[in-house]
Amino acid sequence: MSAATKRNPSAMDRRRFLQDAARVAAGCAVAGMALTKFATDARALPAQAIRPPGALPEEDFLAACLRCGLCVRDCPYDTLKLAELGLDGPATGTPFFTARDIPCEMCEDIPCVAACPSGALDKSLTNIDDADMGLAVLIDEERCLNALGLRCDVCYRVCPLIDEAITLELSHNQRSGAHAIFMPVVHSDACTGCGKCEKSCVLPNESAIKVLPVRLATAKAADHYKLGWEDREPLLDELIDLPDRLPGPGTDNLVAPGGFYDTMPDPSMEGGFNPGFNLPGTGGASQ
Amino acid sequence: MSETRKLPVGREAIDEKGWWKAHRFLVLRRLSQAVFLGLFMLGPWFGIWWVKGNLSASMTFNFLPLTDPFITVQMLAARHWPETTALIGAVIVAVAYALIGGRVYCSWVCPINPVTDGAHWLHDKLGMQKGWQPKRATRYWVMAMVLAVSALGGTVAWELVNPISMLHRGLIFGMGAAWSFVAAVFLFDLFVSRRGWCGHLCPVGAFYGLLGARSILRVSATKRADCDDCMDCFAVCPEMHVITPALRGTEEETPLILSADCTNCGRCVDVCAPDVFRFTTRFDETPAPARAARRKPKHQSTASRAA
Ligand code: SF4
Ligand code: SF4
Ligand code: SF4
Ligand code: SF4
Ligand code: SF4
Repeated sequence: MSAATKRNPSAMDRRRFLQDAARVAAGCAVAGMALTKFATDARALPAQAIRPPGALPEEDFLAACLRCGLCVRDCPYDTLKLAELGLDGPATGTPFFTARDIPCEMCEDIPCVAACPSGALDKSLTNIDDADMGLAVLIDEERCLNALGLRCDVCYRVCPLIDEAITLELSHNQRSGAHAIFMPVVHSDACTGCGKCEKSCVLPNESAIKVLPVRLATAKAADHYKLGWEDREPLLDELIDLPDRLPGPGTDNLVAPGGFYDTMPDPSMEGGFNPGFNLPGTGGASQ
Repeated sequence: MSETRKLPVGREAIDEKGWWKAHRFLVLRRLSQAVFLGLFMLGPWFGIWWVKGNLSASMTFNFLPLTDPFITVQMLAARHWPETTALIGAVIVAVAYALIGGRVYCSWVCPINPVTDGAHWLHDKLGMQKGWQPKRATRYWVMAMVLAVSALGGTVAWELVNPISMLHRGLIFGMGAAWSFVAAVFLFDLFVSRRGWCGHLCPVGAFYGLLGARSILRVSATKRADCDDCMDCFAVCPEMHVITPALRGTEEETPLILSADCTNCGRCVDVCAPDVFRFTTRFDETPAPARAARRKPKHQSTASRAA
């Protein structure tokens, strides 16, 4: 108030102005850092939260989504929800679904994508079979009924891409010795992550098969290994002469014809198996 | 201030013009806020899907897209080029507010406005000090900060904390803990800073203010010569500094309230007993003689304190 009555008003004004500007700038910088921290935290999408079909990769999605919920409104199965602060994991207001609650029914006309005004759900997805919301993983092989040798097959039967996204792989049932195991196996190139399998798993509470985000469900291919059955080109054979290992004594090839190792167990011995090696400090194997 | 105020704010206007004329714009404004919220609630409550979405983006009658231009600008800062639908929606909204006044959003649409108005009402009732008063320009800094974080973080930054969408989206889609942001704004305005949020900090209001800086619709102190210094307009105006240049201007200075901060709420029109203010356009050149020279110096000090 009294600045005008001071002897040197312009110097006072300048000082006040600088002080105010510094104060505001510092305040904004602090607020900006807090906001940046918040933004970084919001990126941590929980594993059970699946984005709608056609959703851009998470970083791009958060730059694009308006949080308008138009996708939610146009989903005929009420699959999608907008994340609520403190209750759901994804960034507040962004759409997601929980497969065990309501899976995506893979609508042919993909109304959620059609409704999205921002492009957060990519309009270039025109065939729902190409969707890549996640990848189903048989996560509990100890309790999956098929894996136990029973015939449940529910996840397989409900899959909209049956025999492409999920198949039953036959193997011998070691336990009974006389039956087969029909193991559900998911194929990442076809599975859309719709979650119908997870929804319909008959086990109580958690499902034995779960849709996970692709980033969690897939490993990076080990490109330094050569898959000989896919790629029949010989490996560097002309350049390097690899040592040939022949069966026989003095190699590590124990069961090859003509090769015996000195300490192979004698099946008739009392006390059973005596391994051919000793662990340091265990004083032998008969404990 | 209270010792110079003989009557409660707005009393004179009610006595002279009647209750309705002294509350017209306030009532219309609350109605408008209720309608804007109500249209969005028709769907979830009654299954009437005329309007889908929320204030961030919406679709009316499956035909008219509307998008919040401030979110669109953040999206562009985050380097995402939106679909045409969102762009068209943003242009429609931006043009509308550029014509009728950007901060019309604040006083006629924004769901936080009743919250901060409520906080101010209580603040007044409790006779609290005005508290921390950051510079009015702080909101532009906050706006710049939001755009910077959007650009650096590649995300629509303000939507992570924006109390407006927290409240609006919360009411329509489910609130979760979002009410805490609304409560924070209320408590901030009540205990920390009088009219602090909308008047000094909110970057959305700042953005819309800039958008409507050259708007057509304006309030004008056309009959400023009749002002009897009751100070009621200053008491009700959420951005009271905008009034002084127009009301206290000289003959040559325009009676139009041209500041981008004016929210076109019309409350000054309501509470003024001699009807000094009215809505008009920025091209209105009706001559508006200034007041006669001040009668008593006392008014000078009151005016500068209030402003
Ligand atoms: S594809 Fe259909 S069921 Fe799946 S999220 Fe979209 S609208 Fe909902
Ligand atoms: S419709 Fe698009 S922009 Fe709107 S909430 Fe869904 S994904 Fe986000
Ligand atoms: S999520 Fe399950 S049901 Fe859906 S496509 Fe993949 S395997 Fe099939
Ligand atoms: S300043 Fe911000 S919170 Fe206040 S009414 Fe305007 S937009 Fe809403
Ligand atoms: S000048 Fe009048 S219309 Fe503008 S914000 Fe103040 S009270 Fe509202």
